[in-house]
Amino acid sequence: MRLVYWLTLPVVLVAAWWVATAGSEDFYVPPLRTILETAPDVWTPTRLRTDVLPSLLRLLAGFGLALLLGVAVGVLIGGSPRVRATVEPVLEFVRAVPPPVLVPVIMLFAGIGDGMKILVIVSGCVWPILLNTVEGVRAVDGVLAETARSYGLTGPARLWRLVLPAAGPQIVAGARQALSLAIILMVISEMFAASSGLGYTIVEFQRSFAIPEMWTGIILLGLLGVVLSGLFRLAENVLLGWYHGLRRAQKG
Amino acid sequence: MSRTWSYGLAGLAGFVALLEVIPRAGLVPAGYLPPAAEIAVALGGELTDVAFWVALRDTLQGWVLGLLLAASAGIALGLLIGAVPVLRELTASTIEFLRPIPSVALIPLVVVLYGASLQSKLVLVVYAAFWQMLVQVLYGVRDVDPVADETARAYGLGRGARIVHVLWPTALPYVMTGLRLAAAVALILCVTGELVIGVPGLGARIAVAQSSGAVPDLYALIVVTGLLGVAINVGARAVERHALRWHQSVRGEVAV
Repeated sequence: MRLVYWLTLPVVLVAAWWVATAGSEDFYVPPLRTILETAPDVWTPTRLRTDVLPSLLRLLAGFGLALLLGVAVGVLIGGSPRVRATVEPVLEFVRAVPPPVLVPVIMLFAGIGDGMKILVIVSGCVWPILLNTVEGVRAVDGVLAETARSYGLTGPARLWRLVLPAAGPQIVAGARQALSLAIILMVISEMFAASSGLGYTIVEFQRSFAIPEMWTGIILLGLLGVVLSGLFRLAENVLLGWYHGLRRAQKG
Repeated sequence: MSRTWSYGLAGLAGFVALLEVIPRAGLVPAGYLPPAAEIAVALGGELTDVAFWVALRDTLQGWVLGLLLAASAGIALGLLIGAVPVLRELTASTIEFLRPIPSVALIPLVVVLYGASLQSKLVLVVYAAFWQMLVQVLYGVRDVDPVADETARAYGLGRGARIVHVLWPTALPYVMTGLRLAAAVALILCVTGELVIGVPGLGARIAVAQSSGAVPDLYALIVVTGLLGVAINVGARAVERHALRWHQSVRGEVAV
């Protein structure tokens, strides 16, 4: 029954798309049939290796770096009220800058290679993670912190056993926001000056008016977003299983 | 409070001082990062240029229109889907599927369909902001206290009255969170559309500054977008506080 609910609307929508565009004469909106027939010719294993794989690797590198950096700096800032009060306005400002406008600046520093694209992703993704970590660390339960102290839990042990688990749910929430930003920035960085990558390829199709090919690229990008958010949810369930269990138990 | 403020001001001053010193000391080439003073001069130049104000107006126009469309559609559909259990079951998979699709994937499509026009920008903004609104409204509707709803029913409140008196107040905090998130996302997509597609606005002005090598102006314009973002965040918080002044999360410090 659940499956029926899950499948009905998507099937109806795809069918509607199929039927509505079946006889389409509009050059820019080709029949769904044509798009699907084009896909295997466009996304050959070679192209997947030369264009999609590099994009994904840059995405993972940027997201991973942002995660490390955001959590590390976030723990440092969140741990000290004075540091927090000092840097907060600057952080608020830097975070409020729409990340894509930094692409031109990062191009100045890092040229147009892989480094630039990874930097662009890091520069946008790090803020939600960092600010959420700061909030999470700040909200560590006072009694727990005192207890940990009286048991002599200090240094790395304190970080692993107290601070990170306590801030975990917040950090994960920040990471989820960062992931959707990462995909956006991956595409944008490739739309500027690039010679490979998913974003580059789609824009090339658009410029050469290879419209069905462009549509296949858009669909692929959409699927990528869906798959990544699915993987993220799996990782979250593993990492925060204890927390969700606790919440369920508390709610009774 | 005033102590926090003074720390914050010191932090800002330190940040600006670093921006001034790093390029002057030659740590990075001034061609990449001009000293803060030069950026300030460029900012002054921008503020006296009519074209800058036109670009700012274009950006704000796209942001306001996009946000309004996304918010009204998100609230209306969210309430409808949330209030009818069958609809919620039917739409769950589709919403989960469409939401993570990055709105920038639509850039090539809107370029061929609408070119560098306001429509292009609006499609991107509305698509991105709509999901933020819809998902929050759905969470909000799910949060309705069954006891309160039953009580309202027992007092003979009709569907419309229950939406006004039970559902809406419950969902409002979520709606406000959605609005805050959507406002920030809308600005990002607005400027991105201008930057990448060339729709008139601050983003397009940044693209011009970049291609003409006007580095201080580039930084000045980025500062402007940042300040715009701060203003939007602060404004959204203020609206939230005002709309929720009856709610525990806002008056909690005094009452509970």
